[in-house]
Amino acid sequence: MLLYGPHMLDAPGGRSDFRVMLEIRQLSKSFGSLRAVDNVDLVVERRAALGIVGPNGAGKSTLFNLITGDLRPDAGTVRLDHRDITAATPYERSRAGIARTYQVPQPFENLTVFENLLVGAVYAQGRREHEITDFCAEILERTHLMRRADSPAGSLTLLERKRLELARALATGPKLLLLDEIAGGLTEGECQELIETIRLIHAAGTTIVWIEHIVHALLAVVGRLIVLDFGRMIAQGEPQVVMRSAEVREIYMGIEA
Amino acid sequence: MLAANFRIETATAASRTIALAGAGLVLVLVVLPLFVSRGLVQDMIFVFYMLALAQLWNLLAGHAGLVSVGQQAFVGLGGYLLFAFTVILGIDALAAIVLAGLVTGICAFPTALVVFRLRGAYFAIGTWVVAEVFRLLIAQWKQLGGGTGTSLPVSVTNEVAGIEWIKRVFDVRTAAARDMEIYWVALALAVGTVLAVYFILRSRRGLALAAIRDSELAAESVGVDSYRTKLWVFAVAAAATGMIGALIYLQKARISPDAAFTVIDWTAYVIFIVVIGGIGTIEGPIIGVIVFYLMQRYLADFGTWYLILLGGLAILVMLFAPRGICGYLSERYGISLFPTRRRLVSDKDSPGM
Repeated sequence: MLLYGPHMLDAPGGRSDFRVMLEIRQLSKSFGSLRAVDNVDLVVERRAALGIVGPNGAGKSTLFNLITGDLRPDAGTVRLDHRDITAATPYERSRAGIARTYQVPQPFENLTVFENLLVGAVYAQGRREHEITDFCAEILERTHLMRRADSPAGSLTLLERKRLELARALATGPKLLLLDEIAGGLTEGECQELIETIRLIHAAGTTIVWIEHIVHALLAVVGRLIVLDFGRMIAQGEPQVVMRSAEVREIYMGIEA
Repeated sequence: MLAANFRIETATAASRTIALAGAGLVLVLVVLPLFVSRGLVQDMIFVFYMLALAQLWNLLAGHAGLVSVGQQAFVGLGGYLLFAFTVILGIDALAAIVLAGLVTGICAFPTALVVFRLRGAYFAIGTWVVAEVFRLLIAQWKQLGGGTGTSLPVSVTNEVAGIEWIKRVFDVRTAAARDMEIYWVALALAVGTVLAVYFILRSRRGLALAAIRDSELAAESVGVDSYRTKLWVFAVAAAATGMIGALIYLQKARISPDAAFTVIDWTAYVIFIVVIGGIGTIEGPIIGVIVFYLMQRYLADFGTWYLILLGGLAILVMLFAPRGICGYLSERYGISLFPTRRRLVSDKDSPGM
């Protein structure tokens, strides 16, 4: 029986197996003559935490947009949990278990913080409001937003908006959480708090892919690191090793890890 | 794990009191035509249908971010369908109002197919263009008077189901009975629209609409199918607008393409009402329609100056109180007559509640 397990069913070339959460094959996206994402292959294992670094314009956010469906790739495939989702819409991918935070927070400003969470809990998880209330409350506690639960999201500070991005993503009950520069613009103390929160989320079993310029924050959480430059993956592996590599030193000249 | 259990509350003690007062007010409005002049009854019919139109436009623009300036397409269509169903097919006018609403709602789908390709200001212009197309098409309908329009035969207006009953019970003449019946239908449509909008906003769809309005991108990223949600609300608003259009032209008993598809009466005034009262709230259009009615009643004799005053007032409100009279009041005093905000309440905070 084991022979016909899910890992045997959709594994062209035997590369895919049951432990894989996200599998990207030969993914490309161009804007005019600019190759934003250029033939990228990437496998993220279940419960892993992967970091992505690279200079501005390297294609990091474009890669996220291809994973979430905000953009359609020119070529290549995206698989979540062994399901080909390349043709799926963003809301279908959200329901399938992908959640993201946006680099520039996109709160639902006229809804309260709690209502922001409810949208995702109700729609992505397909649950009723009263069933999901305690779940949302717990996320609010974990992300230190409980105090602001009934405030309109438009009235939040930058730190609170970043936390709301995270909380709203968590409210969808994701298998795979994509964080896009969530530590950017925070003070050192705020950053430490956020790292702690993300660690807990990861420890609870959520697979994480995290784009971040603040490298020490990233290294505190991720177990593997990839480097993008001009849309290509130029290095990957053990975070400390990758950060010491020649390619990364060249790109990050002057940026202290 | 958290020690407390949580639940969602929307109503407040004040809102419960006000809901009772509102129910009382509706009862007073129901019996009003038995005690006041026909002139006032006709004015109130106008107030009711403008209120309903304003609520529906607000549902689209204020709550779903779909700023349409083409709602006259559905008012006009509803009106013409009433004429078609009663004059050509011989259906009773009350049934025709419901049918007109249904057919108008169906017509919203091909309309959406065109205008949903556009965003923001382009969407607004697109809806207006569609309304003009409707007007030009209807003007070709020779059976209903083509470009010059037509009148409802007396046999239709005087034989609406229920008129005989009203004449008998209240001992009034046909014309007065007709006004009373239309008054009650208009009241039912207005109250029904307010309640429907309120319950939509309280439902999960209300959450999705607000999310789409604030950030369509983020709404999709948390599982909201924005296209279907917008399509649904657009069709619902069109169907209700069509029913009101049918009612309006049952009262007027005369229709022409230019009047039925006028952007001034069915969209510009409606926007004025919503903006003055407070966009994105249910109370707003109610306050707005009262202001609008009073202005029209006491200032309409000034002709052009009245229109300049309307426009000037709208601009002042937009500049100094962008959330309208109602937004200003709720900021000042923190009251909400129709609370839709979901508050997170811990059982620990309020034992015994």
